[in-house]
Amino acid sequence: MKPAPFKYYAPTTVEEALAHLAEYGYDAKVLAGGQSLIPMLNFRLAQPAVLVDLNNISALFYIGPDEDSGLRLGAMTRQRQVEYDPLVAERAPLIHEVMPQIAYPQIRSRGTFGGSLAHADPSAELVAVSIALNGRLRLRSRAGERWVPADEFFVGLFTTVLEPDELLVEVALPAMPPRSGWSFLQITRRHHDFCMAGVAVLVTLDNRDQCEQARLVFLSVGDGPVNARQAAEMLLGQTPTPEAIRAAAEKAASDEIDPGSDIHASAEYRRHLAKVLARRALTQAFDRARGG
Amino acid sequence: MAKKYVGQRMTRTEDPRLLTGQALFVDDVDLPDMLHAAFLRSDYAHARLRSIDVSAARSRPGVVAVYTAEDMGDAWRPGPPLVSPPPTVEDIVFHSRTQVPLVKDKVRLAGEPLAVVIAESRYIAEDALEDILVDLEPLGAVVDLEKALEPDAPLVHDDLDSNLAAHLIQEKGDYAVAREKADLVIRRRILIDRGTAAAMENRGIVAHWDEKNQQLTLWDTTQAPIPIRNGLAGMFGLSTHQVRVIAPFVGGGFGPKIMMFYPEEVVLTWATLKLGRPIKWIEDRRENFFATNQERGQVHDAELALTRDGRILGLRDDFIHDTGAYDPYGLTVPLNTQCHALGPYEIPNYYGELKVVFTNRPIVSPLRGAGRSQGVFVIERLLDLAAKELGIDPVEIRKRNLLSPDVFPYDNKIIDQAFVPLVYDSGNYRPVLEKAAAMIDYDRFLNEEQPRLRTEGRHVGIGIVSFIETTGIGPYEGARVTVETSGRINVATGVGTQGQGHFTSFAQIAADQLGVSPRDVHLVTGDTSQFHWGTGTFASRGAVVAGNAIHAAATTVRDKVLKLASKVLETPEEELELDDGQVRVADIPQRSISLGELAVRANPLRGAVEPGTEPGLEATAYFGPKYGATASGAHAMIIEVDPETMMVEIKRYVLVEDCGTVINPLIVEGQLHGGVALGIGNSYYEQLMYDENGQLLNASFADYLVPTASEVPRVEIAHLETPSPLNPLGSKGVGEGGCIPVPALFAQALEDALADYDIEILEAPMSPNKLFELLQGKEKEQ
Amino acid sequence: MSDQFTVTVTVNGTQYERTVEPRLLLSDFLRHDLGLTGTHVGCEHGVCGACTIVFDGEPVRSCLMFAVQADGHQILTVEGLGTPENLHPLQEAFWEAHGVQCGFCTPGFLMSLVPFLEGNPYPTEEEIREAISGNLCRCTGYQHIVEAVQLAAVKMRT
Repeated sequence: MKPAPFKYYAPTTVEEALAHLAEYGYDAKVLAGGQSLIPMLNFRLAQPAVLVDLNNISALFYIGPDEDSGLRLGAMTRQRQVEYDPLVAERAPLIHEVMPQIAYPQIRSRGTFGGSLAHADPSAELVAVSIALNGRLRLRSRAGERWVPADEFFVGLFTTVLEPDELLVEVALPAMPPRSGWSFLQITRRHHDFCMAGVAVLVTLDNRDQCEQARLVFLSVGDGPVNARQAAEMLLGQTPTPEAIRAAAEKAASDEIDPGSDIHASAEYRRHLAKVLARRALTQAFDRARGG
Repeated sequence: MAKKYVGQRMTRTEDPRLLTGQALFVDDVDLPDMLHAAFLRSDYAHARLRSIDVSAARSRPGVVAVYTAEDMGDAWRPGPPLVSPPPTVEDIVFHSRTQVPLVKDKVRLAGEPLAVVIAESRYIAEDALEDILVDLEPLGAVVDLEKALEPDAPLVHDDLDSNLAAHLIQEKGDYAVAREKADLVIRRRILIDRGTAAAMENRGIVAHWDEKNQQLTLWDTTQAPIPIRNGLAGMFGLSTHQVRVIAPFVGGGFGPKIMMFYPEEVVLTWATLKLGRPIKWIEDRRENFFATNQERGQVHDAELALTRDGRILGLRDDFIHDTGAYDPYGLTVPLNTQCHALGPYEIPNYYGELKVVFTNRPIVSPLRGAGRSQGVFVIERLLDLAAKELGIDPVEIRKRNLLSPDVFPYDNKIIDQAFVPLVYDSGNYRPVLEKAAAMIDYDRFLNEEQPRLRTEGRHVGIGIVSFIETTGIGPYEGARVTVETSGRINVATGVGTQGQGHFTSFAQIAADQLGVSPRDVHLVTGDTSQFHWGTGTFASRGAVVAGNAIHAAATTVRDKVLKLASKVLETPEEELELDDGQVRVADIPQRSISLGELAVRANPLRGAVEPGTEPGLEATAYFGPKYGATASGAHAMIIEVDPETMMVEIKRYVLVEDCGTVINPLIVEGQLHGGVALGIGNSYYEQLMYDENGQLLNASFADYLVPTASEVPRVEIAHLETPSPLNPLGSKGVGEGGCIPVPALFAQALEDALADYDIEILEAPMSPNKLFELLQGKEKEQ
Repeated sequence: MSDQFTVTVTVNGTQYERTVEPRLLLSDFLRHDLGLTGTHVGCEHGVCGACTIVFDGEPVRSCLMFAVQADGHQILTVEGLGTPENLHPLQEAFWEAHGVQCGFCTPGFLMSLVPFLEGNPYPTEEEIREAISGNLCRCTGYQHIVEAVQLAAVKMRT
């Protein structure tokens, strides 16, 4: 399976890359890690006329602190870097926990943080996690820059708000508030396959051990990530008892997700998994928030 | 005394080359002026070809030729049947329909080749595929096995009245009478579905017609170079001496790489003869899912008749077998299924009606197990369900039915894939089963551990199954053993090697006879210019049949060595010994001569070679067993299931294998590990999913789930040996034994783990989704 | 139709310069342009791992890169690991533990394991299985491969 021919550019600056995108628009595809795009090219499922390779833009590879103890990651930061970075482990333990679950080591050597988000696979761990962590994405075009909350970035199956002449250049992750807990659970057929259902959870307790914040983001149960706001709202101001958790999980699974069926899992099975995982993840997250 | 190499855990001679990237695989072949082929394949599973226009493709720069069926003229014809139906079964209906090189009028499976592009590179060839205009009129696809036999089903082969490819009945005793007498009849419908071998190396061919030398050379990932050579020579009017087929290192065979012919083998040969340039075609992974044969689809209606203490009175197994769009491989696979449903048990009465159907799916031919796995699944499931109903332990019910060790050779009377009655040559099944039970601590698990785990709310189950495996069938293999003047031993045989370690195990056999180190024995396999007669690697027969041919040839060479050495050393043969590459007089080690020197003397430049003898120290021998040798085994496993998520974890896996004399335990273990891994795939991960139009929905490794190191547990192995009386080495095959019983084992263990749900698993492969539906079904009932 | 690019890449310590079209996969470049056929191609969609090489010190699937992307970089393939006369301890370990059957997946495993063992001199069985879960083998059932890695870790420490 060999790719169809394409015109190739390997710019060294963001400005050059944006100039190419402005020129070619929908005829161009951006090449980041290539771990999702190149299989599609090899299968000839995608046949872009132009490929703009970002791998030589060193300015996009970085991990650094943000003001207010958060993180800033350049969009081209390799997943492998993120996996081993001590700042990430300290400031975004949810990401640190998730990284080794993403595909395989060889994929993470090339795959990028931003590339995973821009590709917007509904089963992508980083997509759900970025939303759960209240991340913000910086988009840039020749016209200027804009910030988009992760929550609003994903709009459909493999579709984001990125315009054809825009690049995702940075991801900003705020610090987790004190007394926060997190969890990430997914059910895969084989170890590290794309999941049949998964959930990323971030919760925060107030000083009365009641839920101050909750985010429950599902993967693989629809066209894109599903932020279960109603379930989260049910938990606000409540003591997170097993009954409350169960009710929230039930709510999310019954009313907020719309899973599809495919050869691996029926909609019903996915819905069932979503409920089980939500319950388990919330339990674990609240335990962690309490300091357990 | 010479060291005994057979039985030793020798590391493999061929490994250093494989480990350093110095081993030649077909895609590594690079010839000057070589062209590259790509095939245009049908997207539809069933369609009439109305027209095909390759003119645009022909004019693409870099494209040298584009051919369709029309272009092939008289050379176009359906392939020969590779295996005919057994003449020994009465009243057999068999419609032979074989695959075509390129589609002429009708497409019968998705992926069937319509045209071939030959270009300067594979990249350009694939570009040119998109230039070809094809007009295909889709027809209703035949996918479901039972619907295939309905009167209004579309016909896969228009010249037949139906999609029935074959029909036969095999009987033993009188099942109807047995059923009358039974205290319990367990009747179930059992579904088994397809998987693919998914060898890591896809198929590939380099075909080179050298016009000046009038020689055709084919590098081919085939498991059967000699039949390919013979067939192509015949097909293209060449002498077999003009054709050389080389199967170099092959990256896994597992069955589907034995076929005569794959369309690509015919087309590439025809094209190179026409163009006079070497042409390479390497199958890509996507193509492999359509263009390489598959196996396992069957629907069984089976019943077991038993007494109330669990003794089998009879088995009835009526089933439909899916042969795919064509049936070049005859009835090999379903005959194996019929036979292996009898298992290691005494089943006095048997009735089996077999219907084979054509479907619009890829061709079915043997895939590791070759139909045996399905037969084992049927009998083991029925036994387990009977055990449940009768309140008998699964190990106990098996013990009550196992054939005793004094019945051999045991004639099961029905005909097997070798066209002879299914005769078990030797075996001792009870100790095999008991050992497996002991290894996994069966009683202690059931009585102590499981109850404890259950009180903790965990679902952990145990399974144990028993099976036989027919191996080592004929027709024959041959080998030539030669002592070279360097003292090195050369062994050539016609079988190929796809990872089984023939270079080492065969060397061990020869080394034992000639008193040399196996490292000094050089093996050639899979090159038709080196050995002229043979069949191929399949049916767990390489080590048994070729191994015994090597043994016979080496023994004859040994005799020649001793005879000549006796003259040279002026000592009677009985006082001579072979060791360390020398022939020595026992107790007088200074009186010796090296094998190399003897080889020189055996080929004089002056003098005479005596009449009735041959020059050199060389012998060729053949081994052709009428019956196959019967291996046997028992596998056991402990598995934990999370009934909320359907995720499983195998906690322990043990197996006991009786493959007769073990030539190299290290290699045998490796074969068993690999077989178990495939079996696990066939149990919970791998299934080819077709839709109602015959479209394969998971034609990639992303969605066809080959087990990884995270899914395959450690396997503990024990050997028992009942040497086969059918061959001098006493060996039995073992290549498929690892995978055959696994789906049956998985089903039993899963049911046990989920005993509180009381489910029945009557399907293989299972999957988390299927398990979910079973449990949901049960919950709804409650 | 498409442009040609010059690629200068160091493979196993030797610098090569070639002109390629941008869509040429790195796996094909290594195998056919440079004649280093030890790296094998099993799927071309990044799952089987047979094509794994070491790229700037990291294990990477060469079927998921274009040759042009290797310009200016360092690659290690199985040919650079050892020779039949002079095996790398990892290769020796695979030999001794019978971690090779057909050998097709083997170079991919080796090149995935070289960086792994460099960073994990005392790997547990679980870590080993985790590290190789991105490499498919159809022959061995992985057990002897795991044992080979355990043996290699010992060899490489001493």
